Amino acid sequence: MKNRWMNAKWLGLITILAAFASGCGKNHLSTLRPAGEVGQEQFDLMLLSIIIMLFVVIVVSIIFTLAVVKSRRKNLGEDFEPKDVAGNHTLEVIWTAIPIILLIILAVPTVYLTFKQADTQAMENDDGEVNSEEIVVNVTANQYWWEFEYPNVDVVTSQELVVPTDKKVYFNLQASDVKHSFWVPAAGGKMDTNIDGINSFYLTFDDGKAQDSNRLFYGKCAELCGPSHALMDFKVKALPEEEYDQWLADMKNIEEPVQAFADDAAEGQEIFNNSCIGCHAVTPTGAGAQGPNLTNFGDRELIAGYLAHSEENLINWIEDPEAFKPDNKMTGAYDLTDEEIASVAAYLMELKVEEGSGDVETLRESAEESSEEESTESGEEEEEASSEPSEESASDSEEDSSESDEEGGN
Amino acid sequence: MASTAKKQGVGSVIWDYLTTVDHKKIAILYLIAGGFFFVVGGIEAMMIRIQLAVPNNDFLSAGLFNEMITMHGTTMIFLAAMPLLFAFMNATVPLQIGARDVAFPFLNALGVWLFVFGGIFLNLSWFLGGAPDAGWTSYASLSIASAGHGIDFYALGLQISGAGTLISGINFVTTIINMRAPGMTYMRMPLMTWTTLVASVLIVFAFPPLTIGLFLLIFDRMFGSSFFLVETGGNTIIWEHLFWIFGHPEVYILILPAFGIFSEIFSTFSRKRLFGYSAMVFATIIIGFFGFMVWAHHMFTVGLGPTANAIFAVATMAIAVPTGIKIFNWIATVWGGSIEFTTPMLYALAFIPSFTMGGVTGVMQAAAPADYQYHDSYFIVAHFHYVIVGGVVFGLLAGLHYYWPLMFGTMLSEKLGKITFVIFVIGFHVTFLIQHFLGLWGMPRRVFTYLDGQGYNTANLISSMGALLMAIAVIILVINIIMTVAKNQKVGRDPWGDGRTLEWSLPLPVPYYNFAQIPLVRGLDAYWIEKKANNGRMMPSESLEDFHMPNNSFIPFVMSFGLFVAAFGALYFASGKDWAIDAVSGLNVHPWAPWVLGLGLAITVGAMITRSIKDDLGYYVTKEEVLRDLEEEERRAR
Repeated sequence: MKNRWMNAKWLGLITILAAFASGCGKNHLSTLRPAGEVGQEQFDLMLLSIIIMLFVVIVVSIIFTLAVVKSRRKNLGEDFEPKDVAGNHTLEVIWTAIPIILLIILAVPTVYLTFKQADTQAMENDDGEVNSEEIVVNVTANQYWWEFEYPNVDVVTSQELVVPTDKKVYFNLQASDVKHSFWVPAAGGKMDTNIDGINSFYLTFDDGKAQDSNRLFYGKCAELCGPSHALMDFKVKALPEEEYDQWLADMKNIEEPVQAFADDAAEGQEIFNNSCIGCHAVTPTGAGAQGPNLTNFGDRELIAGYLAHSEENLINWIEDPEAFKPDNKMTGAYDLTDEEIASVAAYLMELKVEEGSGDVETLRESAEESSEEESTESGEEEEEASSEPSEESASDSEEDSSESDEEGGN
Repeated sequence: MASTAKKQGVGSVIWDYLTTVDHKKIAILYLIAGGFFFVVGGIEAMMIRIQLAVPNNDFLSAGLFNEMITMHGTTMIFLAAMPLLFAFMNATVPLQIGARDVAFPFLNALGVWLFVFGGIFLNLSWFLGGAPDAGWTSYASLSIASAGHGIDFYALGLQISGAGTLISGINFVTTIINMRAPGMTYMRMPLMTWTTLVASVLIVFAFPPLTIGLFLLIFDRMFGSSFFLVETGGNTIIWEHLFWIFGHPEVYILILPAFGIFSEIFSTFSRKRLFGYSAMVFATIIIGFFGFMVWAHHMFTVGLGPTANAIFAVATMAIAVPTGIKIFNWIATVWGGSIEFTTPMLYALAFIPSFTMGGVTGVMQAAAPADYQYHDSYFIVAHFHYVIVGGVVFGLLAGLHYYWPLMFGTMLSEKLGKITFVIFVIGFHVTFLIQHFLGLWGMPRRVFTYLDGQGYNTANLISSMGALLMAIAVIILVINIIMTVAKNQKVGRDPWGDGRTLEWSLPLPVPYYNFAQIPLVRGLDAYWIEKKANNGRMMPSESLEDFHMPNNSFIPFVMSFGLFVAAFGALYFASGKDWAIDAVSGLNVHPWAPWVLGLGLAITVGAMITRSIKDDLGYYVTKEEVLRDLEEEERRAR
């Protein structure tokens, strides 16, 4: 008897869970399918609060329904005179105390997790420099694209963030034009990219969960940032640590732009060097550029963050970016004929990073060296590292110097 | 009878309303203007839902969609919900406390005209180069970058209508503190009056931060300052703080009067006094107080740091306690009562579960780390619509049916009212329940479209269907209003039969001077007491004598019009100037702009000087006239 009841209970529970799971959205972009520690903790907190709140809703609904059903005038008669009750002290205490207890149950893990998830001390070493032992990514949000810089190895990429799994990935977030917000729903909550200063937080990507979603998660901009806000998507490739290191080494290996192979692509490269390179770099350097870095464009999953990766789409995009991403900064920045666009597209599709071309060991050593150098003689080193100092960094240093001038004057 | 009974030409009626200082007529002005903007905001909402019904839709362009969402939010909050609440506050509060008018009738008229001109100015943006497109929150980095004059319309329009709101808030605080009838102690005031008092205090403290924020924005965009320009030392986060220091109390400014309306309705149609009256009053005050302590929960993801986030998380959770007290007290009021299912009571009953759901999702968001996921997703959209529609709009619809006889002397059709109710409530839940899940599935808010294959299609279609139901319900409501006005079937004193508070003791239509003799209030639910213990007539607190009333005035209209004109001058001031921000420096130069700005300000200042110099001492209503009215009322009653 008891056994059967137990079975029925489990069956019921499983059915409910199954129904719940089917309503949990997609693996690669749902907050209800957490793919890492941060997302999991937030999901658990959500579950706890949902349970408490469902309890509240159910209790209120039951009392409310009883009250309404009991007190219908139709049943009581037109002449029924309800007794006027001024109030009840005991009841007031009960329905003040119980919510307070429920809220304390919710408040304790809330405060704990708020502090835990804000702990990004490991990002910096004792000197306030970027810690070369940790995975750090500088994210710059721009009107409608994302730039990702790996400061420890001086590699810059855009639109597709590559991260190692099973390791904390620290992010420095900033926007270059207007406020955006960096959100990878499956990995964890969002944080704003302000234009006033840098925000830092971390996410983790579980290797098993990454496999469940083909190692590709969706990222979104979560703060209204202009007409194409809805299309400001990016992708997150979560690779095992060795593959991630290899990818970095491969990227780092590209010091000169990859030479075009096919004839039309070679033509395209020339056109690109005349018309496009002012904004788009094809070597993984130069953070803070005007347009997305295209070093590994041929390897990407999507064009403009959301179109399928085909040459046809690429041609359409270059012909009229405004039709795809209204208000983008690329429209009208160049004047190319249809043939020229086709050549450029052919060239861009060839921009692939050869797998296994880089040496992980040298990368690691150089990273450690550079961080040591940086800590000893900071400043000058950086300028050498980035071949094209961007306008922003230039203006930054100008500001710095003017500030120090002022200080001197004072 | 008063002048309303006389046959009047259309012209003189319009003139009467343009110059009125009578709180009952001002209530009608608020109702008409607020109702109009409610429909405008509703049409914008439908546009949004049509665009989002299917993926990759191109019904609206991306830019136009952003203008739609901005204007929908701004219109609904500032030009629909608040004025409609002011309509009911004006219609009831002076009557509930036994006053002949508000403390400052002239300011009351100024408030309504400022709101009307501000609202018109804001909506003219549609025809003059594009509406604002940075969201109703108008976060500074985007609103500075937004090209064209849309944001200028937003800043100036809200500044003008905000001034009207602030003036009305001050007026109500003064009225409720000073104008109560003998015996109407604070702890005998009906809940509607209490919530109006607290909401008005919130207005007085919450609107100045908005005014400051808007002025900084106006200076930046129109006069070349750089409060929000980071490259010249500004800071955009300041805007977020200023906006939300206003924005969060604003939520309570909206919901508290709705709580007041519901409290009146629960007790009236349960034939029972409000359970735990003093607990309700203190809960109202505590909610108002805490409302100022929690603004940063809108900014959990801004990066304020864990200490600020933790403090604001816990403070936000604390607000749930007084709100819970209110919910349970309302249920206890219904419990053991004798419920009559009138249309207002149906809205009030539907409000309890709907608002509870909006409330609990609010507590869920107070858990900051979880909010990192909810923030700026459709979960938030679902939450605040549950609060604002399930709380405020239900309250407005309930109040519309409940107070309609008090305002117009006729009754809205109960049958059509109930049809509206059923369709609206179903439509509301269909639209917004599913949006919680959309947010959890990773759909950000304020997106003009979404891609196919992300699992958002069905849910969005369902949501749009629900919106259609709500639109149908509103159309039926409009038909109901038109039919009621056309039929014009007058009702008499206490039309609901169970009126408890002072306003229902008055003959309908209410005389322009409200009370022939100021009544004596002998307890909570003053009219109910006299019904049970007396002959159902309020006892007078004074002998019948001549009394003083204020004159009508056209000056408030002129004053507001002057600011309306000046706003155009300010708007085009920076167009095409070298020193202006990029967003407007490329536009055509308007050399007349400073002159228009000066002209408008001259009109306003001139009106103010006229008001100051001209003696306007009001007039006396004679004892004879009041006696005549009383006799006629007696005759009609027989």
